[in-house]
Amino acid sequence: MPALTPQQVQQIAHLARLELTEEEKQRYAEQISAVLDYMQILNEVNTDDVAETCQVTGLEDVTREDEVVECDKETRQMLLDAFPEKKGNLLKVKGVFES
Amino acid sequence: MNLNELTITKARTGLDRKEFSSVELTTTCLDRIKKRNQEINAFITVTEELAMEEAKKADELIAKKKQQPLTGIPYGVKDAICVKGVRSTGGARILDNYAPPFDATVIAKIRAQGAVLLGKQNCDAFGHGASNENSMYGPVKNPHDLSKVAGGSSGGSAAAVADHMCLFSIAEDTGGSIRLPSAFCGIVGLRPSYGRNSRYGIMPMASSLDTVGPMGKTVEDVALLQEIMQGRDVRDATTVEGAKLKKIKQNYTKLDKIKIGIPREYFELEGLDKEVREIIETKIKRLVLSEAEGLKDQKIEVIDVSLPHTKYAIAVYYIIVPAEDSSNLGRLDGLRYGVLTEHKNLYEAYAKSRAQGFPEEVKRRIMIGTYALSAGYYDAYYRKAQRVRTLIKQDFERAFEQVDVLVTPTAPYPAFGLGEKRDDILEMYLADVFEVPASVAGVPAISVPAGKTKAGLPVGLQVIGPRMGEEIILQVGQSI
Repeated sequence: MPALTPQQVQQIAHLARLELTEEEKQRYAEQISAVLDYMQILNEVNTDDVAETCQVTGLEDVTREDEVVECDKETRQMLLDAFPEKKGNLLKVKGVFES
Repeated sequence: MNLNELTITKARTGLDRKEFSSVELTTTCLDRIKKRNQEINAFITVTEELAMEEAKKADELIAKKKQQPLTGIPYGVKDAICVKGVRSTGGARILDNYAPPFDATVIAKIRAQGAVLLGKQNCDAFGHGASNENSMYGPVKNPHDLSKVAGGSSGGSAAAVADHMCLFSIAEDTGGSIRLPSAFCGIVGLRPSYGRNSRYGIMPMASSLDTVGPMGKTVEDVALLQEIMQGRDVRDATTVEGAKLKKIKQNYTKLDKIKIGIPREYFELEGLDKEVREIIETKIKRLVLSEAEGLKDQKIEVIDVSLPHTKYAIAVYYIIVPAEDSSNLGRLDGLRYGVLTEHKNLYEAYAKSRAQGFPEEVKRRIMIGTYALSAGYYDAYYRKAQRVRTLIKQDFERAFEQVDVLVTPTAPYPAFGLGEKRDDILEMYLADVFEVPASVAGVPAISVPAGKTKAGLPVGLQVIGPRMGEEIILQVGQSI
């Protein structure tokens, strides 16, 4: 079925927020097409009446109380220290809407 | 024998008898790392100061007779597992400066015992790989032959144990990441049943398949570690209550009456190395003939079984994994932690940080996953894979109605050359052909050393058990 073009690769990379070079687009188009081609082997299998396996534990409705837990000072500081850019104790990021 | 060459069990005895201190034991491990790590590249970060501090504390505990099984024992942790305050890159530059503010649950359990952390171990970035060549910190070399790969993704963790840089490692296995490097490096590695050990604090790859498990020098050590690591965790809703293991600490040499299944599809695989096949078959024959020590009176039956959907496992796996990967890796955007690349706007902040912080294989998987989950393709790929997954799971369920365990080679060949498979993506994916089916089915499996090839490379034997069947695979693994 699918032979991906470099343009399609670019579209997927855009959705996934990955910047690619022209050379990468070309190479990934070939490599991903080969992988997707291999996946066609699954079409040999009749799965008409087969349910999907989403998880293997057999557990159902695992819930817990939705409690607010205070963050201790040390952890808070570590989280703040991890911010790549900040203003005071606030995380600094570029605006979502560009003017 | 040098102290760093001891097993956990033997080191425990020595520490408790005051034959040596944890500071001495830790120093010999650190010396070994200094001598060998530059070449082998097993550790990305060595925590020497912390290790000496923890070793001193351990010696105090031992002096007060307050020790636990792991008090004072030096170990390493795969870099894709979070350790509080210790740089944890996951093998990718996007987390080059990341020091998690918390311990993974399994690490908290190990640390609570007073074990001594030596550092964080090299791995394929976020567990993506079978050769450890997808690490942005360079490949890990196999201690048995430096021109060969250590296997992946937990290559650093396996090489460090094999080269006696540490006594044990804690690592992660999604499709073979503990078992394959264990086989290639000649050590013991356990992938537990999915849900047996908490995944909280493990950098997620494919959430429906990820497990965290122990790697060590003996089955006995690995059994001890598994007992400490397991249990329900409110922070991981997939963990299972009441899975306490009995008898797991014992030194198994005897097996009760047991039925061993040999899945014919595994031994008929084109590309199975002749020497590997012979080594595994000889081991099985030895078991049957009860030639192995202490096995004289047991009744071991070997039964030919079929797992008919084996050949579809890799395709199922490489749809489910990239799909779940692409979703999980969305959290890495360089904004709240990690490395933020220079950018003009928010879009660039994401796109450039991810482009520079991820290696090729991570990018490929994100794209395969994004494609497979996108509108119009979901049914053809992800849903189809989830359905075939059911059939693979049923293969195992049927097999375990007939037999207690399955015995297979861990990998179709011994460690391959560095760079040998790098450019052939599918070839690399197929390295996990014997490990992925158990992963997809969620059942436990252990790799134990079975011998060496004429060239001196280790060969691993895999024992697969039914869900929550860790005890039986550890027993069989020990007797092999």
